[in-house]
Amino acid sequence: MAKPPKAFATTGRSRKGEPLVWLTALGLTLGVLMTLWLLGLVVYKGCQTFWPDRLQVFEVKTDSGTEKVAGYEVLDRDRRDGDGNLHHEVQLFRGNVELYGEKFVFLDSSSIVSREQADDLLLVERLAGGNVIGRAKAIELADGSRMGPEDPSFEDELEALIEVNEDRRDELRDVEKFQIGKNSKRIKELELKKRLIADGKVGGSIPEIDAELEKLQAEYEELFAEKVKIEELMKARHLYIEAVDGREIVISGESLLHVLRPNEVGFFGRLGEMLRRIWNFLTMDPREANTEGGVYPAIFGTVIMTIVMSLFVTPFGVIAAIYLREYAKQGPFVRAVRISVNNLAGVPSIVFGVFGLAFFIYFVGGVVDGVFFPNAEEPVYKSGGILWASLTLALLTVPVVIVATEEALAAVPRGVREAALACGASKWQAIQRVVLPASLPGILTGVILAMARGAGEVAPLMLVGVVKSAPDLPIDVTAPFIHPERQFMHLGFHIYDLGFQSPDSEAAKPMVFATTLLLITIVVVMNLAAIIIRNRLRKKYATSSF
Amino acid sequence: MHEMVTTADRIDERVSQAAVEVRDVDFCYGSSLALEDISFDIPSSQIVAFIGPSGCGKSTLLRCFNRMNDLVPGARVTRGTIHIDGVEIHSPEVDPVELRRRIGMVFQKSNPFPRSIYENVAYGPRLTGVKDKGELDGIVESALRGSALWDEVKDRLEESAFGLSGGQQQRLCIARTIAVKPEIVLMDEPCSALDPVATAKVEELILELKKNYTIVIVTHNMQQARRVSDQTAFFYLGKLIEYGETSRIFSNPERVETEDYITGRFG
Ligand SMILES: Nc1ncnc2c1ncn2[C@@H]1O[C@H](COP(=O)(O)OP(=O)(O)OP(=O)(O)O)[C@@H](O)[C@H]1O
Ligand SMILES: [Mg+2]
Repeated sequence: MAKPPKAFATTGRSRKGEPLVWLTALGLTLGVLMTLWLLGLVVYKGCQTFWPDRLQVFEVKTDSGTEKVAGYEVLDRDRRDGDGNLHHEVQLFRGNVELYGEKFVFLDSSSIVSREQADDLLLVERLAGGNVIGRAKAIELADGSRMGPEDPSFEDELEALIEVNEDRRDELRDVEKFQIGKNSKRIKELELKKRLIADGKVGGSIPEIDAELEKLQAEYEELFAEKVKIEELMKARHLYIEAVDGREIVISGESLLHVLRPNEVGFFGRLGEMLRRIWNFLTMDPREANTEGGVYPAIFGTVIMTIVMSLFVTPFGVIAAIYLREYAKQGPFVRAVRISVNNLAGVPSIVFGVFGLAFFIYFVGGVVDGVFFPNAEEPVYKSGGILWASLTLALLTVPVVIVATEEALAAVPRGVREAALACGASKWQAIQRVVLPASLPGILTGVILAMARGAGEVAPLMLVGVVKSAPDLPIDVTAPFIHPERQFMHLGFHIYDLGFQSPDSEAAKPMVFATTLLLITIVVVMNLAAIIIRNRLRKKYATSSF
Repeated sequence: MHEMVTTADRIDERVSQAAVEVRDVDFCYGSSLALEDISFDIPSSQIVAFIGPSGCGKSTLLRCFNRMNDLVPGARVTRGTIHIDGVEIHSPEVDPVELRRRIGMVFQKSNPFPRSIYENVAYGPRLTGVKDKGELDGIVESALRGSALWDEVKDRLEESAFGLSGGQQQRLCIARTIAVKPEIVLMDEPCSALDPVATAKVEELILELKKNYTIVIVTHNMQQARRVSDQTAFFYLGKLIEYGETSRIFSNPERVETEDYITGRFG
């Protein structure tokens, strides 16, 4: 029986292009996998930072018998020593820097005699010196007597101590930062005025100023005394911890932040602790050379800088693109300009940093200082600040916006333009009311790309205003509330600083991952916001399907 | 109505009976001649149909009337004059923006703005400075009624114009054009993308509009030209071959090319 003839060949030469399709699919798969791997690693490591691990007590062989050390395991790995022998070792976080000097230690597996989870171990967080691990020994009460953990009200006392110290820290911050800050600012102003009067530059009476200065000085002394009093009160209380090897650690009430029993709490307790740590990470100021505490100022700096950058780059880029596409006489000159703009996107970002330093800070900042702050002792605008950083990044990202806007303008159908003109619109009216709205989604795509690029840029920022630690935020409650000249912190720079500049890189590693995760999250959130806006607009100004 | 025309500009009152006078016009795209030696008059309040094979220059001539060709680089009238209401439209004192307010245009492909239905129609009046909401509402309603679209869209004025069908979009474009209250309406194949029902509606509309406007319509549909127009102009290879009363052109053409074209023997 004859087979029915096949209508079409399904294999062979008719599918010549197929290997190429596979190649593109392979490329895409590789790219996606690598991105997923990177994201997965960052998410895993970032979350791990906050998850409270169980504490273990290790008994370790030493030359003279055994020794106990408590902590949680960070890493286990195989290492080849100088003789080529393979060792298995465990990295332990043991805290208690005053006893050991180093927060982390490597234990050779062969030297570990035993390991056990002891229920009554405490993990104490403190302001300075890092975490302490050990057993509660005693707490010093207000009257100077000690209370041991066997006392039934020990837990309540400990909690009360932490709480009262929290309030006192708030009080102290208020006195130090706002009241003393205000006072010394006023004193500085008056002293400057006094000097100016002495030089005969402005009128006024020196004795009057002297009187006020005296009053301010008295006020300062009062405030300082208050500050000292609060500090004394905090320092008067202590928590005594006994490390597993029997040595005692004294934690001053001033430094005591939080106490956790990681081996006693259940899953939800640990979850709660993790949320608390994340919250602290997001809202607190950094401590201990940035390796502990939070990154709030860096988040704030990153977000504000990105927003300010977008506010500069969007109008500038859009106007430039409108001129290039709609008004400039197309020819070799405009073509050259366009090529230059495109190439600008390829200039290494550090070059923009150098330019920003030279042009914005030294030149523009110098002029601003000369005109508005001729008597300031320190440069105001003639030093790195968030305004100059935003402007530098705006320059860096403007090609992206220009190119995207030009494309979007070119994509507006000719018919729509002609219709606007046929209704009696002038060229500008047609652009303003019809062409621009129709190309808004495309323009926003450019802004989104620019934001993503700007938020992740670090190198140029180091030259124009980013610092390791900025005492004050660029926006705060002291007049004039917005301080564009202030230096600021940035998550990208924070990562660099933690990971590569920190004296204790081992201790900073978890923070590096957490900060990376945060930076990625912030960029994604900002982009999502822009994408949602774009989709709204796209719906509103949907292009014809007809 | 004739703000832009000063008495001095006005030429012979007798010929200004005609809405458009075309005299000896040559038109070039760059170096290629698209129209050659065109001369004829379009009388006021009449419908004139342009017919002819594809590429013969109908759209080009139409776009000369509202100077839409200014937008095309290298396109220009190289010889001759076009007077509208007695004024040479290429003379320097004529502002093309003002000219286009008086000479509306409906395009072959419907091209609503990416805005709401209301905003589409209100666009022209807004440009002339109408800000009062009540006045705008009135203009929008009468324009939509004028283009026989009101009943279909009166409940969805704030919706996107792209939600309309092709025929509705085309009628919306007509409404947008007449909302500016032009004196002359140019229509470039307004029905080419429409089904017979929508076409019939638009034709009805054109006949209705004739009461107030002078209309020039380009069409490839002989029946349509015959149904709606008073005068017909036949173009061939950039030349005006024959121009006259529609009934005469279709019953008794003088030129053999015209006869061949309308009977479908070529083109
Ligand atoms: N923008 C342009 N640049 C150069 N040549 C053009 C341009 N537009 C039209 N032409 C040429 O001018 C001639 C007339 O074109 P036009 O569009 O006026 O024809 P038409 O009669 O409207 O044709 P159709 O019925 O197909 O619309 C054609 O030969 C065309 O190739
Ligand atoms: Mg045409």
